[in-house]
Amino acid sequence: MAERKKPVSVLLNGIIKENPTFRLLLGMCPSLAVTTMARNGLGMGAAATFVLVGSNLVISLIRKIVPDKVRIPAYITVIATFTTIVQLLLAAFFPELNKQLGIYIPLIVVNCIIFARAEMFAQKNGPLLSILDGLGMGAGFTLAITIIGSVREILGAGTWMGIPVTVNLFEPAIMFILPPGGFLVMGFLVALFNKLTDKKEKDPGCETGCNAGCPGCSKAANGGEA
Amino acid sequence: MKELFAILIGAILVENFVLSKFLGICPFLGVSKKTSTALGMSGAVIFVLVMSQAVTWLANEYLLKPNSLEYLQTITFILVIAALVQFVETVLKKLMPPLYKALGVYLPLITTNCAVLGSALIFVERDYTFVEAVVFGFAAGLGFTLALILFSGIRERLETADIPEAFKGMPITLVAASLVSITFIGFAGLIIG
Repeated sequence: MAERKKPVSVLLNGIIKENPTFRLLLGMCPSLAVTTMARNGLGMGAAATFVLVGSNLVISLIRKIVPDKVRIPAYITVIATFTTIVQLLLAAFFPELNKQLGIYIPLIVVNCIIFARAEMFAQKNGPLLSILDGLGMGAGFTLAITIIGSVREILGAGTWMGIPVTVNLFEPAIMFILPPGGFLVMGFLVALFNKLTDKKEKDPGCETGCNAGCPGCSKAANGGEA
Repeated sequence: MKELFAILIGAILVENFVLSKFLGICPFLGVSKKTSTALGMSGAVIFVLVMSQAVTWLANEYLLKPNSLEYLQTITFILVIAALVQFVETVLKKLMPPLYKALGVYLPLITTNCAVLGSALIFVERDYTFVEAVVFGFAAGLGFTLALILFSGIRERLETADIPEAFKGMPITLVAASLVSITFIGFAGLIIG
């Protein structure tokens, strides 16, 4: 399935067809936790994209050297390295954002999207395609969590990117920036995305929401069936 | 003692890992289909959380802090956790086969469970002592268990419910999670500080 991919389709793949958040439902923790504001979503998306591109590149370069048995620890180390770089960069240049995102920045390490792309794509493709895949997936993730953040911010705080937008329209419902609002908005957006893309046939065993790409989740799903 | 109790109640109810901190969402949505698997996963998570809190705390205190290598926390923690999970799996397999049989399938997934790394990062942030960190890990595991079991009960009923096509599967699960999460907001005023 990984033969002869066109660069453009690889790039676009992550944005709609295999949108990591709405379609594959990977990386749910940050999608829900930091999306109380559109700006946080954007920041988180950018940080994750950086890690995704960096780790995809390095993993596709070392994929032939690393023995199969130790590839998971090796990948985790690569991903953790890039996460640390992002963490230090944010702390140095965007201390405000860093404070807002808190522990969810180091938690990029355990974000399923990054590991899934390493396993499914970077391991089988060359550096250039892997960078594009990282960019596409990162863009899809950023887009998705910025949308979630926007909806929650507008409904919950009446602002968008910090600018008041609903002053005379309605009273913001604070519930939307609290945790339940995260689940609710996410649920409705996934439903909307399903409706729009109208994918009737769901992969068997994937109703739990975790695609085979996420090693942790796919096993969890299977464990659920056992 | 009072502080420990506050940490315990706080982590179970007030800042429930799954429902208010969004840590461990993947297994929460993945294995909450049946109460029995939810129990197995929860057991494994509590087990690993308590051990990993102890080990990462020691690594942080005696390895990273004296050498002012705190910026390596993320890498160190994730590697320690991955190694620990592997170690626990091997030991259980050899020494306690029945327990391994009950928890075995869940163990490998726990490395990627953000609750484990998350609680390690939280004890650093809050400057917990060794005992506090371990109690916090235990309580976080209990909170995870509580959320998972409550939710698996709901999901078993959702299976037979008649829901709109677009909402089938994940969306309706998320909406249900939202409702459960609302009830946990009720605990928010319980502890101050």
